[in-house]
Amino acid sequence: MTGSSFLTQVLALARRSTVRTMRQPAVIISALFFPMMFFSINASGLDAASKIPGFPTDSYLDFAFAFPLIQASLFGAITAGSDLARDIESGFFDRLSLTPMRPVSLLGGMLAGVVALGLLQGVVFLTIGLLMGVDISSGLGGMFVIVLLTVLVALGFGGIGAILAIRTGSVEAVESAFPLFFVAIFLSSINLPRDLIEQDWFRFIATINPISYLVEGIRSLVITGWDPQALALGFGFAGAIVIVAIGGAAASLRTRVA
Amino acid sequence: MGQERGIEVENLVREFRKGPRAVDGIDLRVEPGEVYGFLGPNGAGKSTTVLMLTTLLPPTSGTATVAGYDIVKEGPQVRASIGAALQEAALDPFLTGREHLHLQAALHGLSRKERRRRGQELLERVGLEEAADRRVRGYSGGMKRRLDLALALVHSPRILFLDEPTTGLDPQSRSALWAEVSRLAREDGVTVFLTTQYLEEADVLADRVGIIDRGKIVAEDTPEVLKAEIGRPSVEATPAERSERDAVVRVLSEFGEEIPAQPGAVAVRLSGGAAGLADVVRALDKENVRVANLRLDEPSLDDVFLAKTGRSLEGAGDDDEMDEAQA
Repeated sequence: MTGSSFLTQVLALARRSTVRTMRQPAVIISALFFPMMFFSINASGLDAASKIPGFPTDSYLDFAFAFPLIQASLFGAITAGSDLARDIESGFFDRLSLTPMRPVSLLGGMLAGVVALGLLQGVVFLTIGLLMGVDISSGLGGMFVIVLLTVLVALGFGGIGAILAIRTGSVEAVESAFPLFFVAIFLSSINLPRDLIEQDWFRFIATINPISYLVEGIRSLVITGWDPQALALGFGFAGAIVIVAIGGAAASLRTRVA
Repeated sequence: MGQERGIEVENLVREFRKGPRAVDGIDLRVEPGEVYGFLGPNGAGKSTTVLMLTTLLPPTSGTATVAGYDIVKEGPQVRASIGAALQEAALDPFLTGREHLHLQAALHGLSRKERRRRGQELLERVGLEEAADRRVRGYSGGMKRRLDLALALVHSPRILFLDEPTTGLDPQSRSALWAEVSRLAREDGVTVFLTTQYLEEADVLADRVGIIDRGKIVAEDTPEVLKAEIGRPSVEATPAERSERDAVVRVLSEFGEEIPAQPGAVAVRLSGGAAGLADVVRALDKENVRVANLRLDEPSLDDVFLAKTGRSLEGAGDDDEMDEAQA
């Protein structure tokens, strides 16, 4: 018996990952509904913030549009991480490990599912955002870049979810990390520009928090247009998270699958 | 690969932190085409041994080869040569039976056409054609076990590991699985390493049996030889009246040593073999001892276990602290 090609393995595992996600309507609904709900609440409740002198736009709706995209990426990562941990707990991971599957294929398959969900979320949120009146300053090209950056962020968060799953092998451990991620999002520039955050400690944390730069990369395409510095930082941090997270996940997998 | 190889294990040990030796220096050899029954109570070390032999758990020390490949140094080759249905039927509740088979076949490198053909063939073989396109979460325990077996066979492995394949199954599903395992060994020449805590299962399926207790193999041979080693059948008599128990003990003790019996009954191992039963009946009659029940028992694997460990296999693992699932 010869082993299957890397691509065949990744495609088979990606198909499984996508099919099982699509067959869980609750997961899809949560992934689409909750980020938009938070977005709507924030946009209406914090609209007055746009009157603060120095606020970069007069529409808080535009400013807040990065939030559902980042939060959705987090949802996708937690879902994927939980699925992987569930596979480990149930023994399905062992079943896969007993095939000639390369460990990195498992990661590829899982992350392909994350990318698929990230794409779906990006397109849906963009459509709903436009219908709600979000004005994308960078135009159609910017919309593609927003989806691309969202997918990259999802991939990076997915890698972190995978590390947690592989290292702990526990659904509970992965899901308990969700609030920490959530706090990390709120300790960024997600709700206010960094230079308008009054508290020094908060501004400092937001400045060293990579999520701020992911948010600002997406936000720049919405409210500024094409801002090379914001995009370079956004893609730079997203790329770095992807490399570190997926590298770490791959290393953890190699340890688990002897 | 050239000459077919089975399983060879030498002084295999597995220790867990803060725990006893789950597997304590076992040696065994399974010939190609043989069905080897690995019998023992819960926590005896059966599943830990299977996890090591299937490369899912590294041994602490010792060596083992499966299909001629070293389990530590040649993991991928071992995995390509074996199929395994582990203790829990590990399935994805959101996939159908057919999707499971196609996924497994794709990972084993079967072409798209071959995946469909092999998937259908296995679904028919394990009797799951009708349920093939239903999600697994709706399957019964027996159906999951049968799918589990089919998945282990996707790539036509020469060596099959079955870890307690019938635990929790109803008698009908158990018989169906036994029939398929027998067929695989007899017709396809597959080497089967079967762990079980059921004496009858080992007796029916296994060419040879290894009995493991507290991490050590305490006996190993064909079921017939092991039982013959214990030797003689036993006779158990239940007195008609409780007051006649002493008389029954007195009569039976002339025919062999007393052994544990059901409550209220008296049992002895017949030193003269089964032929001594007629003499027992005559002696009881001569002494005017009335018995409500008289039973001749051939030695069982439980007797072998009892003789080797001083405990009965039934419930022997109940007080064992070690949980093999933690392996």
